[in-house]
Amino acid sequence: MGLDEIKIGGLGASRRRVEDNRFIRGKGNYIDDIVLPGMLHMEILRSPLAHARIKSIDATKAWAIPGVRLVLTGETMASRNLAWMPTLSYDTQAVLATDKVRFQGQEVACVVADDPYIAKDACEAIVVDYEPLPVIINPQQALAPNAPLIRDDKENQRDNVVFDWVVGDKDGTDKAFAKADVVSKLELHYPRSHPSPMETCGSIADFDRSTSKLTVYMTTQAPHIIRAAVALVAELPEHMIRIVSPDLGGGFGNKVPVYPGYVASILASILLERPVKWIEDKTGNLISTGFARDIYLRGEMALRKDGKILGVRMHTDSDHGAFFSDAQPSKFKIGLMHSAFACYDIPAAHLTARGVYTNKAPGGVAYRCSFRVTEAMFFQERMVQAAADDLGMDQAEFRRINFVRDDDFPHRTPFGFLTDSGQYGKCLDVGLEAIGYQDFLRQKADAAKKGRLLGIGISTMTEPLGAGNSREYDILGIKMFDSAELRVHLTGKAILRTGAKTQGQGHETTWAQIVAHELGIPADDVTVEEGDTDTAPFGMGTYASRSTPVAGAAVAMVSRKIRAKARKLAAHLLEVSEEDIEWELGRFYVRSSPDRGVTIQDCAMAAYTNVPDGLEPGLENNAYYDPPNLTWPFACYIATVEVDPETGVWDVLNMVAVDDCGVRINPMIVEGQIMGGLTEAYAMASMQFITFDSEGNCVGSNYMDYLLPTAWETPGFELHEVVTPCPHHPIGAKGVGECATVGGPAAFVNAVMDALKGTGVRNIDMPLLPDRVYEAITQRHDVSGAPPVKMDDT
Amino acid sequence: MYPSRFQYEAPRSIEEAIALLHKGGGEAKVLAGGQSLVPMLKLRFASPEMLVDINNIPDLDYLRVDSDGTLRIGALCRHADLEKSMVLETHQPTMAAAAPLVSDPIVRNRGTLVGSLCHADPQGDWASVMVAVDGHIVAQGPKGRRSIPVSELMKGPFQTVLAYDELAIEAVVPAPKGVAAGGYLKLERRVGDFATVGVAVAIETTDGSVVRAGIGLTGVGGSTINAKDAASALVGAPLSAASIARAGELAAQAAQPRSDHRGGATYKRHIVSTFVARILNEVAESKGKAA
Ligand SMILES: Cc1cc2nc3c(=O)[nH]c(=O)nc-3n(C[C@H](O)[C@H](O)[C@H](O)COP(=O)(O)OP(=O)(O)OC[C@H]3O[C@@H](n4cnc5c(N)ncnc54)[C@H](O)[C@@H]3O)c2cc1C
Repeated sequence: MGLDEIKIGGLGASRRRVEDNRFIRGKGNYIDDIVLPGMLHMEILRSPLAHARIKSIDATKAWAIPGVRLVLTGETMASRNLAWMPTLSYDTQAVLATDKVRFQGQEVACVVADDPYIAKDACEAIVVDYEPLPVIINPQQALAPNAPLIRDDKENQRDNVVFDWVVGDKDGTDKAFAKADVVSKLELHYPRSHPSPMETCGSIADFDRSTSKLTVYMTTQAPHIIRAAVALVAELPEHMIRIVSPDLGGGFGNKVPVYPGYVASILASILLERPVKWIEDKTGNLISTGFARDIYLRGEMALRKDGKILGVRMHTDSDHGAFFSDAQPSKFKIGLMHSAFACYDIPAAHLTARGVYTNKAPGGVAYRCSFRVTEAMFFQERMVQAAADDLGMDQAEFRRINFVRDDDFPHRTPFGFLTDSGQYGKCLDVGLEAIGYQDFLRQKADAAKKGRLLGIGISTMTEPLGAGNSREYDILGIKMFDSAELRVHLTGKAILRTGAKTQGQGHETTWAQIVAHELGIPADDVTVEEGDTDTAPFGMGTYASRSTPVAGAAVAMVSRKIRAKARKLAAHLLEVSEEDIEWELGRFYVRSSPDRGVTIQDCAMAAYTNVPDGLEPGLENNAYYDPPNLTWPFACYIATVEVDPETGVWDVLNMVAVDDCGVRINPMIVEGQIMGGLTEAYAMASMQFITFDSEGNCVGSNYMDYLLPTAWETPGFELHEVVTPCPHHPIGAKGVGECATVGGPAAFVNAVMDALKGTGVRNIDMPLLPDRVYEAITQRHDVSGAPPVKMDDT
Repeated sequence: MYPSRFQYEAPRSIEEAIALLHKGGGEAKVLAGGQSLVPMLKLRFASPEMLVDINNIPDLDYLRVDSDGTLRIGALCRHADLEKSMVLETHQPTMAAAAPLVSDPIVRNRGTLVGSLCHADPQGDWASVMVAVDGHIVAQGPKGRRSIPVSELMKGPFQTVLAYDELAIEAVVPAPKGVAAGGYLKLERRVGDFATVGVAVAIETTDGSVVRAGIGLTGVGGSTINAKDAASALVGAPLSAASIARAGELAAQAAQPRSDHRGGATYKRHIVSTFVARILNEVAESKGKAA
């Protein structure tokens, strides 16, 4: 009998989060907690205009303020060839504007001073003379004939198109539509939102002239990518760059890209030879750093009368702001949009995607979604509901007819991905049962007689996580594998380091559980460390739910390497040959006499005290894991709502979530991820968006306008699970960090649309603010597009 | 978020505070709960040279009812004190309904009712409530005290008729003339959000007939709106379906909403009339039950 896995905090243990010990005591070490001797403070002056030529910048008054050490402008940066930097999507982005500003909030100048108050005062003393230019705030304007050219800095850029990208089978899809009994069409907009971590971005650059070493403490989800970028952009030797990502107050995708503030603080530290701290304020974060979504869809579905989907056509127009800086695998221009419809058995599909420049902040980061998968699944599930309605079919039944069946795996999706496992029908059944589907339909019909509007919305989807295998997934050529390094000390305690970077996901807790599962070393005996490029093995960081699928797999693999070596040590200690040894959790024993055994801790001790001839001492190793495929968790979310026809206000009555994320390492943490994700899904469906007026002024630049839901209005969620282990992941896990954010929004929107079914309204674009719902009900028309900022319609 | 430089004073008496304000000559600002002023400082929307923090002045945090039924709310009485108070429930149901809807629990721990009135935010909840209940404030300056009806306090968005060296000492609500009833409804996108639309209705009845009515509107104009005509339509008779509908209509007409990211103007007007009707119908219904 091996150890009791749950007792040692192995797989399946809802172990308390070890990191919370310091967080709840206020002992976290966030970027702004770090204070270095002689440290200076940097503030950024941002453009008040969305599009303007810079005629002149006069910083004389700023320089004159006592305590000001440095003023950086585009000109200073240009003289060092740093005015522009490469983005993660093969574009360029201004660090500090030289010629023009191209969005409101763009970085124009930086001041470094003795304290942040002085720096802020000095920013206000800089006089910038702008000549306003016409502003473009959406793809329609960007693509209009004679639209002003936003990126006139780029030599071969003649229009505002960033890319035209095509995927799928055009002929097959055309044929499917020719055969269709019914064609269901839907146009949708996924509004601009923002990951908005509680902690904004920031850095402390510390260049030491005496050693030539540059240390940068930085809010980054991907420290190694940053080190590579700094090495390439600043042309510093890579071994002289150390990136340290301390405790992060959330990331959600916002902390993957390289931002101008980081670069400016590094240059400032090199010039001043003192540590320079930059902490972005909330407005700066919301108006200038990586946003998410802002994309329009034209979708069409070819249907047979009996409910079978024959084909799908999608066209997207995505708004990338002034610079194409999406953080995504380089081969795919519109992220993994083409993962849409992966859970349905559809013979043919075709997607055309066009990206455009506008005078808005750049970004297109994944806000808690695996590279635009949120959009893909939202579009998918809205189209599915519209199609079911067009056919007059029950929405659950329509899904069931089209699901990929359990025995059809591996399955090639209509856009070419390979899914490998799932029990879609079972998840749907669990969800319908939990929500009381048939009962609710009766209730709804009864309520309708009294003029009450009840609705039920379903969202089912499988999404691709864990980028990725190195054949297809790279960022700027760097392959997206990940790594783990495990060092077992003499007393059997251990330290584990990975190339991922936790920012709330609980790696310090869950990685130790994988080690416990593989080696029988209690999780409490394993320290987990991430985020320091001088000590951590190379990895691509944490986003896109890739940590468990990739770095987590590496943790299992390195543990197995350690176990293999421990087996040799055990054979030596037990004086038998390796072949005669068996393993049970935490212990090797002699097959023929199971009482004779040694623990993993005995082996660790022997690795340093009693090593057989010919065996290398020590017990440590590393593993680089290149996953054979993406992982494909499945989820079914069902919401019921009541809409108040008099005000357009809607309330969630019930919300049920069924997640199949494969094997759960720590069920408590998994549930936390799902609850958080559903809360964000609810936020996007109900209240959250960033919009712009016709002059490009950002509405949503602070927490009074950009709303994060509180516990008060967030509905309760009932969670259920189905477990289909991932066939290729060493411990069968699939990742879960983003499922609920991805799949959740459509459940809420579908529920409200279901409530409005009798009114002839097919669509209201998110967020479903009461006035938009009211307009749809009373005017009996769709309400589309970004919420307009009309100045007055009285 | 770093404010500009300012001088900080913490007087211990009303007189001392007024002297400091006077000395400040228009460049000094009173700091009460700080829940509006501090964000303004941090965003650098306001850059006063001096802050006069009144939190150390003793005996300004009261909430009391005089023997004649007059309600007095001291300048340091917090939103949270009002929310928890038992007095409002029986005395001023309109205020009691509003108290838990003002911002969020954290802000309510510090923010003050008087500060909210002095801030004159058209989206402030208390101002329309005080208009509905016919409240006034007592202000004190170097030349002494005066009363200002809340309906006359606001000059425009974030502007009051207070002189730069006047301190608001308290808010006062006269005793109801009959049985007080009413309510406050607020359409907000989220807890802690300012109102898309807020409607305060207060009525006082004797022998079933309305003897006084007040309706105040939040967030639907350049300053708090006193829907006088709507209120008048209710006075002199018991509540009826017709008078309720009429009041709703007139209140919607009194509103001057603008379309913004919280909602369209037409929609906001519609919500005003809907809320007026909802509050009054509920009052009528509970009266029906009591009878
Ligand atoms: C996140 C958040 C959400 C909020 N949501 C709402 C909401 O939904 N509804 C709402 O109504 N309010 C809301 N508020 C504002 C809040 O109610 C404030 O508390 C209130 O508006 C001001 O009261 P205060 O005591 O904090 O005043 P302060 O911020 O201290 O002062 C406000 C202004 O009034 C002046 N002033 C204050 N007291 C006096 C006095 N005695 N005499 C003369 N002048 C004075 C100050 O000089 C200043 O100009 C919110 C605030 C925050 C931060």
